[in-house]
Amino acid sequence: MPSNAVQSPPVLSIRGISKRFGDIEANRDISLTLSAGEVLALLGENGAGKTTLMSILFGHYVADAGSIQVNGRPLPPGSPAAAIGAGIGMVHQHFTLADNLSVLDNVVLGTERLWSPLQRRRKARDRLSALADRFGLTIDPDARIGDLSVGERQRVELLKALYRDARILILDEPTAVLTPQEAEALFQTLAEMVSNGLSIIFISHKLNEVLAIAQRIAVLRHGSVVGEYDRAETSRTELATAMVGRAVASPNRTRMQAGKPILELRAVDLWHNNSRLRQASLTVHQHEVLGIAGVSGNGQTALADLVSGLCVPETGELVVLGRPRGGHTPARMVAAGVGRIPEDRHKAGVVHEMTVSENLVLESYRHPEFSHFGWLRAGRILEHARELMERYDVRGAGPDTRTRSLSGGNMQKLILARVLSRRPPLVLACQPTRGLDVGATAYVHQQILDARGRGSGILLISEDLDELLTLSDRIMVIYQGELSAAVPAEQADRAQLGLLMSGQRTTGQSSGSDHAA
Amino acid sequence: MRLEPRTEATFWLRAMAPILAVMVALALCGFLILWAGAPLLEAYAALARGALGSRFALSETLTRATPLIFTGLAVAVAFRAKLWNIGGEGQLYAGALAATWVGTGAIDLPAYLMIPVIFSAAAVAGGLLLLLPTVLKIRLKVDEVVTTLLLNFVVLLFVNYLLFGPWKDPLSMGWPQAAPVVDSGLLPNLVDRTRLHFGFVAGLAAAVAVWVVMRFTHWGFEIRAVGLNTPAAVFAGIPVNATVVRTALLSGGLAACAGVTEVCGTKGYLTLDISPGFGYTGIAVAMLAGLHPLAVVVSAIFVAAIYNGADSMSRAVGISNYLADVMTAVALLAVLVSSLLVQYRIRRG
Amino acid sequence: MFVSVGFWAATVRMATPLIFGTIGELICERAGVLNLGIEGIMTFGAMIAWMWVYQGGDLWTAVAVAAGCGAAWGLLHAIFSVYLGLSQHVTGIGITLLASSLSYFSFRLLLPDVSTPPKIQPFESIAIPGLSEIPVLGEALFTQTALTYLALATVPLCWYVLYRTPLGLAVRMVGENPMAAASQGLDVLAIRAGAVCTGSALMSMGGAFLTISVFDAFYFEMINGRGWICIALVIFASWRPGKALFGALLFAAFDALQIRVQQASSTLIPYQFFLMLPYVLSIVALIIMSRKAAYPKALLVPFRRGER
Repeated sequence: MPSNAVQSPPVLSIRGISKRFGDIEANRDISLTLSAGEVLALLGENGAGKTTLMSILFGHYVADAGSIQVNGRPLPPGSPAAAIGAGIGMVHQHFTLADNLSVLDNVVLGTERLWSPLQRRRKARDRLSALADRFGLTIDPDARIGDLSVGERQRVELLKALYRDARILILDEPTAVLTPQEAEALFQTLAEMVSNGLSIIFISHKLNEVLAIAQRIAVLRHGSVVGEYDRAETSRTELATAMVGRAVASPNRTRMQAGKPILELRAVDLWHNNSRLRQASLTVHQHEVLGIAGVSGNGQTALADLVSGLCVPETGELVVLGRPRGGHTPARMVAAGVGRIPEDRHKAGVVHEMTVSENLVLESYRHPEFSHFGWLRAGRILEHARELMERYDVRGAGPDTRTRSLSGGNMQKLILARVLSRRPPLVLACQPTRGLDVGATAYVHQQILDARGRGSGILLISEDLDELLTLSDRIMVIYQGELSAAVPAEQADRAQLGLLMSGQRTTGQSSGSDHAA
Repeated sequence: MRLEPRTEATFWLRAMAPILAVMVALALCGFLILWAGAPLLEAYAALARGALGSRFALSETLTRATPLIFTGLAVAVAFRAKLWNIGGEGQLYAGALAATWVGTGAIDLPAYLMIPVIFSAAAVAGGLLLLLPTVLKIRLKVDEVVTTLLLNFVVLLFVNYLLFGPWKDPLSMGWPQAAPVVDSGLLPNLVDRTRLHFGFVAGLAAAVAVWVVMRFTHWGFEIRAVGLNTPAAVFAGIPVNATVVRTALLSGGLAACAGVTEVCGTKGYLTLDISPGFGYTGIAVAMLAGLHPLAVVVSAIFVAAIYNGADSMSRAVGISNYLADVMTAVALLAVLVSSLLVQYRIRRG
Repeated sequence: MFVSVGFWAATVRMATPLIFGTIGELICERAGVLNLGIEGIMTFGAMIAWMWVYQGGDLWTAVAVAAGCGAAWGLLHAIFSVYLGLSQHVTGIGITLLASSLSYFSFRLLLPDVSTPPKIQPFESIAIPGLSEIPVLGEALFTQTALTYLALATVPLCWYVLYRTPLGLAVRMVGENPMAAASQGLDVLAIRAGAVCTGSALMSMGGAFLTISVFDAFYFEMINGRGWICIALVIFASWRPGKALFGALLFAAFDALQIRVQQASSTLIPYQFFLMLPYVLSIVALIIMSRKAAYPKALLVPFRRGER
């Protein structure tokens, strides 16, 4: 098939798609084609417009200009139903499954006539099992989605598309939530699909993956296609430069002697927000970044909430700066010198409808510097905001602007300013660069390393192995609430971490010693 | 067509929203007047005269606005913290009960002490009444909308019991009403030969006080932060539960003050009908004011004007004064839509 | 007392408007929309059905008119809360204020200065042959008016549609994860609007039952918080039709009991305290069930297409 794929008419052709959101040009005059049995990768960093383009293709958004043809027929815009009818299936980055319903319910939704007086459950179940067998996607059709692992949920998403006879499959950052081994299994499934004649658009910002699976690679930057490459004729560097537009200097991590312990967890058991820690022990020292790797949903939330002060250990001990802390709250953790960068900056980090200056004092508005017998000192708060915005390069807003209007990168800078300007001895950074572009990511990384240089200890929780390997001094892997032994970052390799992330304990030279200096 | 958030809304744009809403309400209710077979212009003229057309009309409007300022403020404060207090009516009667209890002989003090004591007692009663649903919300996640609504009925039945039972004034010739409030507890008149009383001034003072608290103190900061994004407030270490409780006490206390102004000001004694739904109308007042404490005063006066105007329109052209309720409800819904136009702009495509 | 036919018959009768209202609210909430307009919609249904019959209309047409008007109020609610994505709390309160004041306005327009509202010829009770001869329970359950049977039939119908048809799956899905429904090509807004209209029609029929099946006349404040009680019952029933029926019957049984105790002991305890019972019980029910309450995940969350 691949040999004559070039001559066969494209199954999908996108012509001149443009889309604006307010002042942001998310897509600018994008044209692409996809042939039968082809894997086209859409490569680009966060915010390059990949997801917007696919949402237009799938009918979630309507393009301002341009047209889409599937098998030579125009696709009506703005209708997911039409897209499905034309054989397009989409696996979203954030799964679109209802947790309280069964796998079968989620799969058959929308495939039956809405007004039919009954459901043909048995037929649907048989069809689902047949598909599952054919593509090796085993799943219990009666399981509740909420009880499934992330990898299993992705299988359900794939089955949903296959159940609808999708001929064109769009996968949006499908590996973001998978271990390297799970990702490998996914690639095999995709290869199976391609050999069955499906065409795939694979959206990613990871070069390795793209080179592993795609035949053609289109690179998006700032909403435009900046180049199309054949896998055989391109290289990592070429793609990286195309994606970012300039060479990016990776942050400089100098070796440092780790100091006193700043944070210690001793055999903590915890169950909080559907997230569990089991006998978790770790130590973060001064001048040290301790990275926590793991697939999301393995206890990171519990760990982050514990150190943030949102919950307390059921058993075990949490020691911050040498003092055991019981009955701690977020306010007490802040007072004790813990700087916290939350995972979800929109939900927990800032109050969108409050001003930038107000958000900058969200943790310290009761401090005598900002309030006096209950009266807020507006002048000081404003001055403080001006100074921090200058120092941390928060752009696109004044101190009185509502925070909602900031870009993701500037919002994160605002949080960094709030957290790091107080020079906290301990910094908790959860997914600090998720969704940020390369420039903002580099900024955040540099700030974290600067804090380390000043003597802070940093607990970095991330799902991005590259980030962890770049920043961390030591890395631990969290799996189902249990922490592995710490591995010095220089000795860590991706395969080994990947195995730990999928729950396999490494045999052999696991030193296990939590080597403190 | 779709909606796109505006980054910044100007003051004038925000001020336009309620005005637009009111125009829509007046226009739509014009159809009802026509349906009732009354001359439209004459009806609206009668409404305007009855609302603001004379010294007396104006004083009546301000008198009626007084409890609405308090219930409106109660809603504005609570909704800011996303505490859905729909129990203004019950809290109003709780305040009225407290005012009656203190004001009819429990204590007697000179007026300059008596009146603050009555207001405080009422505020405590109203605050405590809202405290129950609030604690249930915080501790057990019981939806406060339903509990505050249901408590309205409980309180009203309790008032009913007292007025037909132990508190019934023997001199009332069989009417279900409590004994009159002692002279030192009565709110002094502001203008001769009108019913306008000191309660109106208290309402203005309360509005300014609430505005100052919301705008300039760290309690206000906390209330806003909790209402706008509770998870972020929790994460930042803001004492969320304490803030919600504080808001509840303030909100319930404010609504209760409306009971005081009616018992000690407008009526002089407690009856079963001191409030024709001021607690519920307060929601419309607060929404029309965009939950802004100072705007609540304007909006309360406006709503009161509609009610008074509708009374005289009812006499002039023979249309039921329920039209005022219809108008307020339409204005409430219309202001919701127009506030949408402030937050978003409509884009095609 | 518990063996008296009168008690059980009264229980089923009093449960009827609650069944209509609770199932109606349940349908709205399953689709993700809290309908606080229920109190006003029930009032309007009561008024319009009574007025229809009073003006010479047929009883069944009156039920249809009430249902139609209820659906229209539901549509208004849906335009605000679903299509425009406005606050469901404030929209609902607004609808309640508007629907009840419009009911009173229309009533006064028709009868400007009547103090006792005129009565109409109501539905008559139908004894179902055979079943109604079963002692006590049969007599209580099967000598009701047609609307009560209709209410009882609504429950299994609602259950069947919600759990056994594609439409019901779609309704549950838009209440749990509207994005999932949208990405399967379903029109989330239309499904939500449809659910709100259907639910509101049922609420309105619950109101109509009061005027054209029980009291034979329209009184002001006659709904008297029944709508709010229905909202509490939905939570009590964990959003399940069967439990909703059980809750409504349990509640009505307490209410029937309360009236009988009240008549027996009026001198000891003032009657107002008995009248408080339904409201207090609702609050107690909420407290008991709240810990376990599994709200539809997308309840109160507006869905806007194409929003990032």
